Amino acid sequence: MTNIAITWRRIPERYCIIGSICKTCSTKYFPLRKFCPKCRRKGKMERYQFSPRGTIYSYTKVYAPPAGFELEAPYILAIVKLDEGPMLSAQIVNTQNVEIGDRVEMVFRVIKRDEPEGLIHYGYKFEKITD
Amino acid sequence: MQKVGIVGYGCYVPIYRIKPEEIARVWGEDGERIKKSLNIEQKAVPDLDEDSATMAVEAAKNALVMAQIDSQNIDAIYVGSESHPYAVKPTASIVAEAIKATADLTAADLEFACKAGTAAIQISMGLVLADMAQYALAIGSDTAQGKPSDALEYSAGAGAAAFIIGKNNLVAEIEATYSFTTDTPDFWRRQHAEFPSHGGRFTGEPAYFKHILSATGGLFEKYGYRADDFDYFVFHQPNGKFPLEAAAKLGLEPKKVLPSLVTPKIGNTYSAASLIGLCAVLDKAKAGEKILLTSFGSGAGSDSFAITVTDKIEQARQRVKKNFEFYNKREVFIDYATYAKLKRKIKTL
Ligand SMILES: [Zn+2]
Repeated sequence: MTNIAITWRRIPERYCIIGSICKTCSTKYFPLRKFCPKCRRKGKMERYQFSPRGTIYSYTKVYAPPAGFELEAPYILAIVKLDEGPMLSAQIVNTQNVEIGDRVEMVFRVIKRDEPEGLIHYGYKFEKITD
Repeated sequence: MQKVGIVGYGCYVPIYRIKPEEIARVWGEDGERIKKSLNIEQKAVPDLDEDSATMAVEAAKNALVMAQIDSQNIDAIYVGSESHPYAVKPTASIVAEAIKATADLTAADLEFACKAGTAAIQISMGLVLADMAQYALAIGSDTAQGKPSDALEYSAGAGAAAFIIGKNNLVAEIEATYSFTTDTPDFWRRQHAEFPSHGGRFTGEPAYFKHILSATGGLFEKYGYRADDFDYFVFHQPNGKFPLEAAAKLGLEPKKVLPSLVTPKIGNTYSAASLIGLCAVLDKAKAGEKILLTSFGSGAGSDSFAITVTDKIEQARQRVKKNFEFYNKREVFIDYATYAKLKRKIKTL
């Protein structure tokens, strides 16, 4: 079973793509950070709402998925470069074909269900957009 | 009295579709006959990672794009569904978190078969009019279940619709609402039962038609409306036929009902069915036009609403790219085997 406290703590990141910004050097981080590696003790970290849009930086098609994702295979796992710069990895839904450079937008989906009686974990995935 | 109404609305429909002919092929039934008798061309099927919570969130986001309000000003969220992902643990708090409306708000899940979404609108209207909420978010969302080979399997779809209810900057004013409720055993699902049971033909006359017509007639009588006052009629749509039959019983021209008829394309989305129909009508209606909405929920009850479109709608709907037509056009057809996998109908899964 997944650690409930970790799942709960990650809700802002996973539901809304909320990360951090260092008010000293303006660097944006995802996921959340408590500490700016550039400014060290001079850094002032605050929460930052990232745009739900980005670009596919790289991707792979997963045919041999980890436990809990068997039914979804084959699926596309991509590194998405958010419009503000940071990168995250996420599943791409509603298509089996993507190219590097494709524009994508966040959608809210089930990430994993702890079967048969555990928690349902929700969070971001992405889908292609045309504009 | 102060005005209350819709500040923003949005819907969501999954990308996958299956046709009745394909379902009928597996069960050895006459697909053409079923398609005609239900007036359903196809129905929407949720992906493995979609449920009533994820669809509710997507619909709510579209409503927020239209309303252009700070989600922190939403003081109440109600989600109506008969397929809440958890038996105990609210869908509404998941939605609240996902649209950043937490923590200063009240939230709850509602259940009244297919009319829990319109019940959410009525409760939201009450809170807004009582100044207990600046904005309230009312959602109907369902991944409808039908037992394999049951008649329901041909119609049970998936979708959601969300309405932000408030007092200012209304795209449509809700002038009046009226409800009609009785204990009628037409359709039910017991705790822990996976699929619903229904009374077959009994679901028609004493259930759907009696409640739809009584609520609509009751609204007319109580507030002095006539059928001629309305440009569009939106009824609950368990299939593509019932709303047209209800219209005939009320002496309406079919053209006043057809713009709201979304079930032939996406199936019966239960708590979302009449509400996605309302979204489809609001996407076309002009300022000053009047819409009559009547939902139906088994068990049984109907909520009726008199709605007038304002001159703000034109600009408001231009902000939303993902409207009903967007989702309606986006379709990927699947076969029954894929459908059985997506709906987890194969028991070893
Ligand atoms: Zn820094």
